Amino acid sequence: MAMINPRQKELIAKIVYYGPGLGGKTTNLKYIFDHTSPSSRGELVTLNTQGDRTLFFDVLPLNLGTIKGYRIRFQLYTVPGQVFYSESRKIILRGVDGIVFVADSQRERMDANIESIEDLQENLRQYNYSFATMPYVLQLNKRDLPTAVPVDEMKKLLVLKGEPVVEAIAIRGVGVMETLKEIAKLVLINLKKEFR
Amino acid sequence: MSFLVLYAEEYEEIKEILTALKKETNSRIALIVEKNGQPIAFAGEMDGVDTTSLGSLVAGNVAATEGLAKMLGEESFPLMFNEGAKENLHITLIGDKFILAVLFDKRTSLGLVRLRARNAALKLEKVFSRLEAKMMQEREKLGGGENPLEDLSEEDIEKLFK
Repeated sequence: MAMINPRQKELIAKIVYYGPGLGGKTTNLKYIFDHTSPSSRGELVTLNTQGDRTLFFDVLPLNLGTIKGYRIRFQLYTVPGQVFYSESRKIILRGVDGIVFVADSQRERMDANIESIEDLQENLRQYNYSFATMPYVLQLNKRDLPTAVPVDEMKKLLVLKGEPVVEAIAIRGVGVMETLKEIAKLVLINLKKEFR
Repeated sequence: MSFLVLYAEEYEEIKEILTALKKETNSRIALIVEKNGQPIAFAGEMDGVDTTSLGSLVAGNVAATEGLAKMLGEESFPLMFNEGAKENLHITLIGDKFILAVLFDKRTSLGLVRLRARNAALKLEKVFSRLEAKMMQEREKLGGGENPLEDLSEEDIEKLFK
């Protein structure tokens, strides 16, 4: 649920990075954190297990700039990818304005991608959020790995509604900002529609 | 509705309630967060405190505690208290959408914070229901006046990423 504060001239929206465990959701956020000036972002908060896996969520507040005098601020969240953290994922989706699905390109992770997309849809259903109208971007991450499934094949498996698809190597920053831009665009356009 | 508009009048009122609460309890920070993690308003010594991160952690904490409550057969735990060596955090739910968090230290007592926070939460609940009613009423007007995205163009979005 985006928030508009006319007094403070602020618009705040919530983006969630979703996807299977170890797929690179946190890596996306870390790259954005490292490559934006401290004045345009807050702290990257991560709630990890000892093994450096996301336990609850990561969150990164980001100031994108201004539109018509309004500061546009996004809160970027990740969910824990591991299957058994389903309840946490559901909590984090509450009030979401846009979703990036970070898919792992490795062949052995295709089942995990599909399982995670199904889990996402089920969680959205439980909140009565419509997936059909939800701003949504698919990121195909880890394109550099030797077992990466060809892009066309992945698209056939994972594209659900003609969403933008971005190829990425998040650890090197490839495609990370492009993904952010795509989702920002969709979220803002969607909010524009909502206000009408 | 998928967005919340904090109209100036209600926003000021919310801030006044927070400022009064902070003063009456001699606490450090009084903060309102939406349950999905958006910080709404605050009063107090916010220097060096990242309100967005604080907001999302408070909301995460509340969400986890609510999950716990349901597992234990409770509707919710409307009051939460975290005690530290120097700082303490008192959390009260405001209706079913908002959270009031008060950060305080030795300058005050839990009893006082609890009492005043409860009263403030009742007042805030009224302001938020008014805000919601107003949003429904003024939805159309928003398109004409307060909508920063009204003339949003591809160019505006491109500019954000330059």
